[in-house]
Amino acid sequence: MTRRTSLDNPDVNLLQRIWRSVFPSPVRPHTEMGRKRFLRGNLILHFRPPTVKEKTLIFTLSWGLGGIAATLVLLQMATGILLKFIYVPTPIDAYSSVQSIMVQVPFGRLVRNLHHWCANLLVVVLMLHMLRVFFTGAFHHPRQFNWIIGLVLFATVLAANLSGYLLPYDQLAYWAVTVFTAMMGYIPGIGRWLQQALGNGSELGPRTLPFFYSMHTAVIPLLLAGLMGFHFWRIRKAGGLVVPRKPAEPIDEMSPRVPVVPNLLIREVSTALAVTATVLILSIFFDAALSAPANPGLSPNPVRAPWYFAGLQELLLHLHPVVAVCVIPLAAGIFLVSIPYFAYPQSSEGIWFASSRGRTQSINAAVTSMVITPALILVDALVVKTAPWAVDLSPVVRDGLLPLLLISALTTGGIFALRKRWGARLNETTQSLFVAMVTALVVLTLVGIFFRGPSMRLIWPF
Amino acid sequence: MTRQKIQQASQTTRTVENKARRSLLNGLWLTLSGLALAEIAWLVGSFLKPLKSNGSPDRPAKRIDAGPTDRFAPNTVTAFPQGRFYLACLKDGGFLALSRRCTHLGCTVPWDPEKEQFACPCHASVFDIRGNVIQSPAPRALDRFAVSIENNRVKVDISRPIRRSALGKAEVTYK
Ligand code: HEM
Ligand code: HEM
Ligand code: FES
Repeated sequence: MTRRTSLDNPDVNLLQRIWRSVFPSPVRPHTEMGRKRFLRGNLILHFRPPTVKEKTLIFTLSWGLGGIAATLVLLQMATGILLKFIYVPTPIDAYSSVQSIMVQVPFGRLVRNLHHWCANLLVVVLMLHMLRVFFTGAFHHPRQFNWIIGLVLFATVLAANLSGYLLPYDQLAYWAVTVFTAMMGYIPGIGRWLQQALGNGSELGPRTLPFFYSMHTAVIPLLLAGLMGFHFWRIRKAGGLVVPRKPAEPIDEMSPRVPVVPNLLIREVSTALAVTATVLILSIFFDAALSAPANPGLSPNPVRAPWYFAGLQELLLHLHPVVAVCVIPLAAGIFLVSIPYFAYPQSSEGIWFASSRGRTQSINAAVTSMVITPALILVDALVVKTAPWAVDLSPVVRDGLLPLLLISALTTGGIFALRKRWGARLNETTQSLFVAMVTALVVLTLVGIFFRGPSMRLIWPF
Repeated sequence: MTRQKIQQASQTTRTVENKARRSLLNGLWLTLSGLALAEIAWLVGSFLKPLKSNGSPDRPAKRIDAGPTDRFAPNTVTAFPQGRFYLACLKDGGFLALSRRCTHLGCTVPWDPEKEQFACPCHASVFDIRGNVIQSPAPRALDRFAVSIENNRVKVDISRPIRRSALGKAEVTYK
């Protein structure tokens, strides 16, 4: 007796046979076995594990942030490819092509707005994702390297934003990128070479726009796709997300599991749909800005960096460029990269804010940073910039060495106080330092956005 | 001896005598792939390198005629958008051609005739009429271009900006 499968069943018509050759298992499986077959038989879904730990599905663990980021990246690719059909990457035609996207191309305004809002939201969402990963201790073994991949992803998204920012070739774009390439010039050693490669040394050259365009629409999307695959594979290798627990509880290795289809899938799809709906609404009501065409002879007043670089811009107002461009970002980068590799006395994975002591210390660190950062800004703006003793000092000392010494002294003092006075362990010290750093960045960004007026003078916005 | 043991023995001897050869081959492969990578990096680097004509120090002089000397009143600054510089005529009648590019991060500095200073709109650096820094963050004075005066006409060589130190005294050209 030969076994008849549905595939060679002569009773099934041609269309049905074709359908089944593409989707071998039923599309709406009703049994547990059927669901597993469906999962394995589907190219996209078979990258997922068959089951996940039930506790990791709780919304307040991940806040859906990683999934939101992935959705936004996909939307960027979809809208970006559409824009690429109309956009012309030459200094002469770029501006008018973007203008025609906005006023002539059907749905052009919507597509450009979507690309604009997704780009900005992506930065916010990634910062929040990073905070949640940090505060749930999800950087401990075995997720150490995934934290690093995440950092590279974040840098890549910032690079995408920066390179995209130039493309409309309006005044905002032109001057933000002029400032950026000039910043590159201060990197010791390779700076001048980089600046030459990006522009023609003193101004944006004829090769700058094609360079940024190729980066933005080819190199960066490929990098992002590869890195995201790597990121997701690592999550799976680590056995899924961290399992949330109370400070006293041990790590639960045998947490009960539930099938991915439908439990995880339905959450992911609904998050993706909600995100898409939100950015659609934003894009219908709020237009992406397009200022006057680029004019190398006239810097608008004030020149503002995009909001995610406003903190860096604020640093540039106070410090010697080498310190603001190299020393501080490098120190912050080294700190972020080494976070998973300190010799912690114990893993705090799954515990929000490491411990209850960690929570109070984090709040203290945030408050301290919230007081010290504006104080330093005011001291520099009101005293150091005008005081007679400071005018004669060499800029390297006044804007470089002295502030660096001050910042190092404050950081060392803070660490010392935490360890000796409040008995913090390494987990909590690192956390407080991270919190102080993030708070300082937030304060600098807010000052840069709201408290700077014409000629970048400090103003009171209310 | 059982067959298993014989097999084991032969395997150990094979690995032992292979060790030297293996490490040699491994080293060879590593070196070759390193070379290949370096070659590709070199190719990409050369491809992206800016073409020679721009910014090389042996550029020929490119002189602009700014006009007759008596067109410029003392203590005034005249902009030359085509040449991307300002011609400053100092109080004592000396001439100084200043780059319009802020030495901090490259914004174009406008001249404010009332306050008699260049105020950068980007990060609030301020320069005086000689291009010296009055207020940081700019780390050095505005670059200048070489000025010469021939037949009572001011000529400016805009091919090469000349860097000056932070508090450098500008070299001023007189009639
Ligand atoms: C385009 C950028 C990114 C995408 C699409 C992405 C996506 C995701 C997703 C979907 C998850 C799983 C669930 C969740 O937390 O929502 C996740 C987890 C994780 N992400 Fe990201 N992420 C990105 C950037 C980052 C960044 C910037 C970091 C940190 C520096 C990071 C570090 C991690 C870590 C360590 C986990 C594991 C968390 C755990 O096991 O609980 N990722 N990411
Ligand atoms: C994470 C990924 C991406 C980010 C963060 C990003 C960001 C940006 C930003 C900020 C702009 C400026 C838009 C504006 O003027 O408001 C832009 C423009 C543009 N992007 Fe992207 N982008 C991404 C991916 C892509 C991809 C994958 C493509 C195409 C393959 C693309 C093609 C374009 C084009 C053609 C423009 C110029 C049109 C315009 O300015 O509106 N982008 N992008
Ligand atoms: S570019 Fe002029 S102050 Fe920064």
